[in-house]
Amino acid sequence: MTMAVMFYIIAFVTLGSALMMVISKNIFHSALLMLISFIGVAAVYILLHADFLAAVQVLVYAGAITVFIVFGIMFTMKGEPRKTNPFSQNAIPAAVLILLFIVINAVTVIKTVWPFSNIAPPETTVKAIADLMLTKYVVGFEVTAVLLLAAMVGAIVIVKGVKKSS
Amino acid sequence: MIDILMDKFLTIGLEHFLILSGTLFFIGLFAVLAKKNVIAVLMGIEIMFTSVNINLVAFNKYTAAEALLTGHVFAIFVIALAAAEVAVGLALIISIYRQRTSTDVQDFDWLKW
Repeated sequence: MTMAVMFYIIAFVTLGSALMMVISKNIFHSALLMLISFIGVAAVYILLHADFLAAVQVLVYAGAITVFIVFGIMFTMKGEPRKTNPFSQNAIPAAVLILLFIVINAVTVIKTVWPFSNIAPPETTVKAIADLMLTKYVVGFEVTAVLLLAAMVGAIVIVKGVKKSS
Repeated sequence: MIDILMDKFLTIGLEHFLILSGTLFFIGLFAVLAKKNVIAVLMGIEIMFTSVNINLVAFNKYTAAEALLTGHVFAIFVIALAAAEVAVGLALIISIYRQRTSTDVQDFDWLKW
């Protein structure tokens, strides 16, 4: 019962702030509402017994990515802040399509019979994640590290440009 | 009948998390399709990334617990990809803004002919 109350409060906050992010006319308010939505997703992780992922969610999404987005807004903002985030001309067809998708998704999820497994979740997840990541998925781990380095160098090169050396 | 529905409504299971993450995904897709400012489009993409992570963790807990925490590991990979994506995306946006002084997606039409 308490689980249900908590789930519905968290779901309401997450979905409501995400929807307000899309509707808001001021892009700075959109960024702050996106932050609330990310923190709501971290609470969903805690409901799912994923403590490490909740910490990573707050650090990476609520910390780093929101700051990145606010930087981008500050660099590119001009004119009246209340009119910085308008809808384009295909907003109404997009809204109809999205409502249709949401209904189809919900009906499909409810109609499907899922193969449940009855194993209790582990108490703490950090050690198990570290074990898996450095044994079975070590190649993916290394490739992700190289990808992050390439993205960092690529971002610097794209913004600064390449000086032609003679 | 009402009892069964109330029971389904009050015992939180896999379906609740799947519907939550699907709805969040489509709200992000709505931002991508319907907004004019390219940074708002980028925010919609971030919302889509997070909702996919909820799916991975929920499936890992409810239907594949014998696979240990594979879903969590893949969720961490997705988070790393999202961080790389937003860095490169903002670099592209700032680089384009220098030439066009605009963040309207309608103005990004170099590749149109």
